[in-house]
Amino acid sequence: MTLDLPLVCAAVIALAVFLYVLLDGFDLGVGILFPFARTPAERDTMLNAIAPFWDGNETWLVLGGGGLLALFPGAYAALLPAFYLPIVVMLLALILRGVAFEFRAHGRRRGKSFWTACFAAGSTIAAAAQGVVLGAFVQGLKLKDGAFVGGAFDWATPYALLTAAGLVAGYALLAAGWLMIKTRDDLHGRARTWARLAAVAVAVMLGVVSLATLLVNPVAAARWGWTGRGFELVRLVRLVPIPLLGLAGLAVIFVGLGRRSHVWPFVGGVIVFVSGYLGLAASFFPYVAPYGLTIWQAANADSALRLVAMGLAVILPVIIGYTVWVYWVFRGKVAADAGYH
Amino acid sequence: MHLDALMLSRLQFAFTLAYHIIFPSFTIGLASFLAVLEGLWLLTRREAFQRLYLFWLKVFAISFGMGVVSGVVMSYEFGTNWSVFSRATAGVLGPLLAYEVLTAFFLEASFLGVMLFGWKRVGPGLHFLATCLVALGTLVSSFWIISANSWMQSPAGFAITPEGRMVATDWVAAIFSPTFPERLAHMVLAAYLSTALMVGAASAFALLRDPRQAESRIAMRMAVGMCLVVAPLQLVVGDISGKDVTHRQPAKLAAVEGFWETRAGQPFHVVAWPDRATESNRFEVSIPGLGSWITAGDARATVTGLKDIPRADRPPVAVVFWSFRIMVGLGLAMIGLGVWGAWLWLRGGPERSRLFLRAAVLMGPAGFVAVIAGWTTAEVGRQPWVVWGVMRTAAGASPVTAHEVGASLLAFLLVYAVVFSAGALYILRLLGAGPAAASQPLAGGSEPPGSPLGAALEEGAP
Repeated sequence: MTLDLPLVCAAVIALAVFLYVLLDGFDLGVGILFPFARTPAERDTMLNAIAPFWDGNETWLVLGGGGLLALFPGAYAALLPAFYLPIVVMLLALILRGVAFEFRAHGRRRGKSFWTACFAAGSTIAAAAQGVVLGAFVQGLKLKDGAFVGGAFDWATPYALLTAAGLVAGYALLAAGWLMIKTRDDLHGRARTWARLAAVAVAVMLGVVSLATLLVNPVAAARWGWTGRGFELVRLVRLVPIPLLGLAGLAVIFVGLGRRSHVWPFVGGVIVFVSGYLGLAASFFPYVAPYGLTIWQAANADSALRLVAMGLAVILPVIIGYTVWVYWVFRGKVAADAGYH
Repeated sequence: MHLDALMLSRLQFAFTLAYHIIFPSFTIGLASFLAVLEGLWLLTRREAFQRLYLFWLKVFAISFGMGVVSGVVMSYEFGTNWSVFSRATAGVLGPLLAYEVLTAFFLEASFLGVMLFGWKRVGPGLHFLATCLVALGTLVSSFWIISANSWMQSPAGFAITPEGRMVATDWVAAIFSPTFPERLAHMVLAAYLSTALMVGAASAFALLRDPRQAESRIAMRMAVGMCLVVAPLQLVVGDISGKDVTHRQPAKLAAVEGFWETRAGQPFHVVAWPDRATESNRFEVSIPGLGSWITAGDARATVTGLKDIPRADRPPVAVVFWSFRIMVGLGLAMIGLGVWGAWLWLRGGPERSRLFLRAAVLMGPAGFVAVIAGWTTAEVGRQPWVVWGVMRTAAGASPVTAHEVGASLLAFLLVYAVVFSAGALYILRLLGAGPAAASQPLAGGSEPPGSPLGAALEEGAP
């Protein structure tokens, strides 16, 4: 049997996108939680908890874009024009929150509060825009011969708003979990409260979005056994471990919160994201643009796939290795002495 | 100029790219400069090197952040605005860009964290290694991006499928396309020169206030030395690159030089206003024979003029003609500045001439202007092709509307204006304060420089 190169590459791209969602998820989430901090010192600590990592985290987004272009140019060329406006909004929001890391430290009074606001708003808007793109993807897009032929606002639906709200809540949950790991005392306590609220919001949104998906996307619904009137149990049972995993994740969060654990709420959040991601895979595989383009149709020429696959096989483990090392270097609670002010 | 989606996409890409290139031009050079400073500090243990390192590290952190976020835009803009181009060329360009992310971006982004915040967490050796890896990352990044762009200028090692897609048949030939080595050298030298001019300008500004400021005296000499060696070298490399254009892109060359007629002994137009409508130059000031000598190496050589190139294949002439002259003019000024500074150095020190210091301050942004002018020459001169001789720019646009692109262009203009103003203000503020104000993280407080707490600590310090 020969190696199905597009399939292997799709798995790697999927992993890269998932790592992006987890890693940038918690640092975008810190921006979402920014307005709820009590003091400027708390905000400084929150920023310090992600400052050494955010740049590396965001690089996974560049790998998502560059990797998609290199491996599945058909999908890259079909999806990006379809989501033109939300993607531009996401990029602009990422700019404003990205520069805020440095600018906040250099701004004086008005400058500092302006960049504080930019960091919070930019992070939230970037997360929401990603949620809109997710929703628009799930709804499906109008394709003809592999090119987008729909309108500029096809993405703008109530469903996309739901997924946007869901992703914002999800990122807030990851961030609250991260802050519980990285902070102590008052801020840690507040992060615990945020984690509880975000987990409730995520649980509600997961349920609402899942049900809404059955309504907006009949093809995906059929895969889950939904016929329009009831469930076909045979199909549902095969996939039911995925939502059960999500419930397990929520349980880990709440039990972790109850036992005053510093680490388990974050782990639980990660499990919830894994479950959501697997749910998407089950609904859409092997389509990269539902339901008009499969990974084999969208794949690049063999010579390109082989070259990139070789690079991924050799370099990606090295990248993951030094990324882990950087997280190890900055392990433990962040220094947060209010006395320095 | 008709503002359809295609034209707006061109304007947006040109704007976001011109904006972005400023920061890599600065950080490629600055990263290497920081590696040299930290190396010198570890070697000699002179505090001045450490203070210089910490001073320029803060400037580096700001410009690097601005480069990262404006660079993320580029990696998505290929798809949002040029999806047909992306689909057609992904067989060659896709892997080059993917390798840039894999071999450069992760390296830079991950070790930048250690560089900025790792002072207390890793030993001096590891910290120096992190600085070197970031510097290496910036260079590797330019390798891939110049490789991709050189392929678009002189495509090689590929075939075209029946669907009209370009597919690599020989990766070595595609990555190392014919003009790649000299174009890579030209860009890296440009980055080093731009940085040297900024370092020189900041040092000159400090020396104008206090000619005895120790760190600025050192940095000024480093900048002058860099200018003295690199500026003339850049002229040579640029000339090699120019000869490539003569042989491979005659339409671009004719536009660069304002040649309309094909003839032997082309003159060099020092000043002219090329007019596409009349197919001639207005207000010419020319030197006979020099044009052929510069472009072909022989004053009597015959060089093709634009009239022998079909109208549909001609690039915009005036833009290319003038952007080239701005680049070369600034390059010559840089050579002059390097020689002047070196001569003063021999006679007791650059800080003895206030006129020189003022000139050095004035030349601070010259490198960035020259880089943008040079890229304008290269990219506008390549028009109407996006892949020279293979695919036209007009054929590569996305199926998006003028309204969408118009809205995004306005938003980019607005956001970039705010971000650029703030970034420039904060960098100038740092440069204005000078290296004497740089803190010593190893001896002082426990917060790293560049962190919000560290910065707040400095501002509160007496």
